[in-house]
Amino acid sequence: MRHHLILRVVTKLLVGTIILFAFYVQFHGDFSPGGGFQAGVIMAVAFILYGVVFGLRHVQSVFPIWLVHKLVALGVLIYAGTGVWNMVLGYEFLHYGSFNPHHMSHGQHWGILAVEFGVGVTVTGVMVAIYYAFAARPPHIGDDDW
Amino acid sequence: MEFFLGHMNYWLFIVLMMTGLYIVVARGNLVKKIVGLNVFQVSVFMLYISIGKVTGGTAPIFPTDLQGHIEIDPDIVYSNPLPHVLILTAIVVGIATTSLGLALVVRIREEYGSIEEQDILDIDAAAAREENRQHGDAMGGRA
Amino acid sequence: MAAEEVHHVALTLRDHLPVLQILIPFCAAPLVVLFGSRTLAWPMAFAASGLAFLCSIYLLMQVIDGGFISYHLGGWAPPLGIEYRVDAANAFVVFLISGIATVVLPFARASVNEEIPQKNHTLFYACFLLCLTGLLGMVITGDAFNVFVFLEISSLSTYVLVSQGSFTDKRALSAAYDYLILGTIGATFFVIGLGFLYMATGTLNMADLAGRIALLEDNRTVQAAFAFIVVGIGLKVAMFPLHLWLPNAYVYAPSAVTAFLAATATKAAVYVLLRFMFSVFQPDFVFGSLAITWIIGPLAVLAMFIASFVAVFQNNFKRMLAYSSIAQIGYMLLGIAILNVNGLTATMVHLFNHGITKAALFMAVGAIILRTGTTFYDRIAGMGRVMPLTGAAVVVGGLSLIGVPGTAGFISKWVLVQAALDNGWWWMALAIMLSSLLAVVYVWRVVEALYLQAPSDDVVHKEAPLSMLVPLWIMAGACIWFGFDTDITLGAARTAAEGLLAGSAGMAEISTAAAQAAH
Repeated sequence: MRHHLILRVVTKLLVGTIILFAFYVQFHGDFSPGGGFQAGVIMAVAFILYGVVFGLRHVQSVFPIWLVHKLVALGVLIYAGTGVWNMVLGYEFLHYGSFNPHHMSHGQHWGILAVEFGVGVTVTGVMVAIYYAFAARPPHIGDDDW
Repeated sequence: MEFFLGHMNYWLFIVLMMTGLYIVVARGNLVKKIVGLNVFQVSVFMLYISIGKVTGGTAPIFPTDLQGHIEIDPDIVYSNPLPHVLILTAIVVGIATTSLGLALVVRIREEYGSIEEQDILDIDAAAAREENRQHGDAMGGRA
Repeated sequence: MAAEEVHHVALTLRDHLPVLQILIPFCAAPLVVLFGSRTLAWPMAFAASGLAFLCSIYLLMQVIDGGFISYHLGGWAPPLGIEYRVDAANAFVVFLISGIATVVLPFARASVNEEIPQKNHTLFYACFLLCLTGLLGMVITGDAFNVFVFLEISSLSTYVLVSQGSFTDKRALSAAYDYLILGTIGATFFVIGLGFLYMATGTLNMADLAGRIALLEDNRTVQAAFAFIVVGIGLKVAMFPLHLWLPNAYVYAPSAVTAFLAATATKAAVYVLLRFMFSVFQPDFVFGSLAITWIIGPLAVLAMFIASFVAVFQNNFKRMLAYSSIAQIGYMLLGIAILNVNGLTATMVHLFNHGITKAALFMAVGAIILRTGTTFYDRIAGMGRVMPLTGAAVVVGGLSLIGVPGTAGFISKWVLVQAALDNGWWWMALAIMLSSLLAVVYVWRVVEALYLQAPSDDVVHKEAPLSMLVPLWIMAGACIWFGFDTDITLGAARTAAEGLLAGSAGMAEISTAAAQAAH
């Protein structure tokens, strides 16, 4: 990787931008196409790109495997927890209106924001976890196999 | 001709679906089978997405002004968003299936040293023969 | 509905039961991963499945006399919103699934310690919980597409669970791969069917679908949908020619996984098949009833004979049970093909009785594997004398498999024979008896190996640990108990069968009544 100067510089420039764009897609999902799924994948792309260019060791020192696994579980819990909180408020599971019973559509905004955040966290985690799982396997392909 | 063109999306769906199924059945390479499975699943995504399309319809997002008030123009035709949402779920399922399938292929490669179905069948059959030699004959095998 | 003020009565925990049923195992799975502690994983999994079991008991008690509970997710009323609809049929299946999970988990602890490396334990229990969630969800939901989502949740975790057997035999991997390919094709067929239904009706709520299909009468799109759905779910059920994934998946999966899957996975799929055949498509759906009687019926009979016949010639206890499962699924499908109240009752009862029987037998297999390492007949020779309690449980389970009076298996076969005679199909009744004779043969081969031969010296001569014996005997005891006390099983099954045979008419009436009640 010493030689690919352009790749390295461009990657360093891009990673931050990609993450920023991921946040835009995440939180602007209310008004334009977007949301947790797309944002999560874009966010994961930032890490995967970094890993592809700088190597697995470097990306895993930023975003270690254990953290990835916890994020996967955490996102699901954020989603489910939002629904459980609705239940605590005395409404149905995932009845977002309950966050603001006097103005249901405001409550729904909050609910969707929370749920999409959970989705984003999980999707980021899952995509990076898939990349780690495959990239971390020691290659078995010998020269004769090609 | 009218029958053909009028049902264009269905014909494409059928072609994709059959291509995918054929790859799954006919290819011996486990990775290629997963690719075939993907094509097969994508054909279904296409079916759903195409039935959600309303002629002349636009993306089903209500325009809002700066205060956030929704202005619904009754003249605008919107596409049906429900099939798209359904298929978003199916796409996620497809990704999960693909990655799990590929992960299994990696493990199979590690254990069997091959990803060709015939090799794996041979190894399995040899193992079954060995078992039968040790423990007495049996019927069945992979059937 | 957005801005208007609605007087709202706070829901109590009791109102939330249908969703709690799913939510408890679903939340426990990420919690297990989040804590990431190997010592905590099992207690959390057990607590979650135990709570789910309690929920299912409450639910079953509420609906066992007919009637249903409807839960609107997110407060969106059906047919627009997703609805969880609990009636006698699915409360009964939910009761079976969560009950089996609760009994299998204590058994799993010792078995998993033996068969799976420690670093995988937390993720194993998380997968187990996800599988439970998926199975419960696909049974309890009243939304057709939701069935697919839960079906895939359970299937994907099942593939992972099966592949965990690779630490004892690498063939678990190819078995899991085969299952993945076939299972995905099945699920995708199911989605194609749903797509056609949606094209024809514009709805996905089952009750609403039923009402609208009834209006469509003879519609080719609906017929194609029926075919796709039956074949797709048929793959999951392991309906006879579509059973190829089953033997290897059951044989090479870890013992605890096999015990859980054999008792629940195919049963949940049978339920979904019933639900779609009878509630969504009406029973007198011309094309449907022909297909049911003349395609499913003969296939069911073939399954009963061929699979039993193959089971007789096995040299491996676990593989023999796997083939016997295919044969027993034949009985359930036969009940569907007979197409009267007794037939469907037989299907529902057999679904339950076969579930507990196979759970007992596969747990016994797990206990034997713990001591001998394999289940080939020559290796387990004499183990019945070495492990008297395990051996006795095998005998009880085997008798129930044959259908000897005094065991659970007898009840379901009795109802099935009755149903065949109701239709005047005396030859079918004869076929049921004849195939039971094959069961006598394959069960006898195990009993012979377990008791009539001397134990070999290179196996551990010790009874299974208590943590295995207690769940094993709970299930074996249940086989006997439900052979005498048929109030719960037959009662629930009959209510369920009547509800199912009332078909779309029943569902449609209920849904309009519900809509009126909601306004």
